[in-house]
Amino acid sequence: MTAPTLIFGWGNPSRGDDALGPLFVEHFDELARRHPEWGEVECLTDFQLQVEHALDLQGRRRVLFVDASLDAPAPCSLVRIEAARDDSFTTHAMSPQAVLKVFADIEDGAPPPSWLLAIRGERFELGEPLGAAAENNLKAALLAAVDWIAGTD
Amino acid sequence: MSFELETATSPEKLRRVAIDPVSRVEGHGKVTILLDDDNKVHQVRLHIVEFRGFEKFIQGRPYWEVPVMVQRLCGICPVSHHLAASKALDMILGVKQLTPTAEKIRRLMHAGQILQSHALHFFHLSSPDLLFGFGSDVAARNIVGVVAAHPEIAKKGVLLRKYGQEVIRLTAGKRVHGTGSVPGGVNKSLSAEERAELLKDAYQMVAWSRDAVALIRGLFEQNLAEYNAFGRFRSAGMCLVRADGAMDLYHGGLRARGIDGNTLFDHFNYGRYWEVIAEDVKPWSYMKFPFFKSLGADEGTYRVGPLSRVTMCDNIPTPLADKAREEFKAFDGGSAAGSTLGYHWARMIEMLHAAETIKDLLHDDDITGHDLMATGERQERGVGVIEAPRGTLIHHYRVDGNDQVIRANLIVSTTHNNHAMNTAVREVAKQYLHGREVTEGLLNHIEIAIRAFDPCLSCATHALGQMPLEVAIVDVDGTVIDAATRDHRGLTREIRGIGKLS
Repeated sequence: MTAPTLIFGWGNPSRGDDALGPLFVEHFDELARRHPEWGEVECLTDFQLQVEHALDLQGRRRVLFVDASLDAPAPCSLVRIEAARDDSFTTHAMSPQAVLKVFADIEDGAPPPSWLLAIRGERFELGEPLGAAAENNLKAALLAAVDWIAGTD
Repeated sequence: MSFELETATSPEKLRRVAIDPVSRVEGHGKVTILLDDDNKVHQVRLHIVEFRGFEKFIQGRPYWEVPVMVQRLCGICPVSHHLAASKALDMILGVKQLTPTAEKIRRLMHAGQILQSHALHFFHLSSPDLLFGFGSDVAARNIVGVVAAHPEIAKKGVLLRKYGQEVIRLTAGKRVHGTGSVPGGVNKSLSAEERAELLKDAYQMVAWSRDAVALIRGLFEQNLAEYNAFGRFRSAGMCLVRADGAMDLYHGGLRARGIDGNTLFDHFNYGRYWEVIAEDVKPWSYMKFPFFKSLGADEGTYRVGPLSRVTMCDNIPTPLADKAREEFKAFDGGSAAGSTLGYHWARMIEMLHAAETIKDLLHDDDITGHDLMATGERQERGVGVIEAPRGTLIHHYRVDGNDQVIRANLIVSTTHNNHAMNTAVREVAKQYLHGREVTEGLLNHIEIAIRAFDPCLSCATHALGQMPLEVAIVDVDGTVIDAATRDHRGLTREIRGIGKLS
């Protein structure tokens, strides 16, 4: 059976703060195992967000997308997102809004309620570890997500 | 030596148009075009900001980590790097022959990679241009427009891509950062359940891949004159072939044919690739320009990838793809097989081949075997070459007595195609821009020529999450005369008279 809650983080673990998305998912997965009251949670990661990830949204009741961001305010921002057509459709790295739009088009129905947790990152060079500021932002993001999962049930 | 339109004689007197970065390619590409007052083209250059940290990232690591680490070089073709590195490290371990299970699992993984990569490129990145027209409304010229106008085509593209990713997940052990291929073999085979799961949809993938071949053929038939002429140029080529000359995307010897189709070398042992390939540098580009040593830097340029592979192999060892190859080569007297847009047709033939290969391998009991590793006598140097979705990929390592990589050299497909992409861009500029007012639709023609090669420049893009397109027309004093920007939020705006560029 498909888990009703999907946590989807993306980024390259070897590219400095770009690792925030996958690291968040790794930590949240551990938390979710200790909190059965949250219900069944599936945690997925990938390098980049792409069209086929629309299929991962099938059968979900709520979805949290998680990514590192240069634009987000520190430590993080958590916002509800809707399906939207944007120019990320023309790249190898789509926005979560665009993925929701692909879902809506190919499923001919509304996508599940979805949120974007953008964690502030600073450095994205290949071979760099996660920065100190990013580590603090990651902790804050995990707290924000704990509130989210309790509050959106 | 400089090629036609590579270097203008008096660039200081010309207007500069920049497409920076080029959209719908992986990484960062930039095109500069120098025009005179009558919009006549004097110089066209594709600049690719090559990521130069590959080798440094790998050097110093224990060799057994390398097949996993190199997947992080690129978010688009991690499996290609995973397999090329594994092959190079097989050689370091002295393994000359993998076990049947190991080789077939790797081949299955590679076929999954070819399927998903070609599906993404054709349905998602290129079909908007092909289905709506090269200069069509930019608002519709994207995958959403395809979904709206051709929902079945778009859905097939998504599901083909997803299936390829599932093949990778089950053979590599994980959805991302797979560890399935290791020096000397693989660390897992397929379970009976995994095999059955993939078999359920295998025939559907073959059918949809046939449909895709028919779709691109139909587009050629409808637009024959334009497609055949678009960015057309004659080129030498290179690819791997099997010992009997058949297409083999996983392993073989190097075959090179000259501009007239004459054989330059054949079944050449790729473990000594540097004897036949060298790399030229040009003062205006960070990226190198490989060439065949026997012909020299000026005459020895070549292209790689689907078009070279499909036209240069003697046959394709799966029946439907081979029939499609024969039809492609015979189409209109062979015209499509020599065209830049023929890359798309060849790519769909390879996708069909990958789908057939997956289906055939899933019927082979070796993929559930348990003999996974082979051994040999340790060597100092190893070279691994595969035909990645975009073309020939070379990994070359030296490992010291402490098992650390002390030297790494990678030649990626897009580097092989550097000259060919520049030539295609110049041909399109001559055909479409020369003497005409520059518009977004016309500039998209330049991008279409680049996208035909499906260049992959490593995943710098994801970190920033956007690939904006900026076009600026600048006069000789550096004053912006006209500019347009399209950013990741889909905004298009025109700015006039904003002053000098910094």
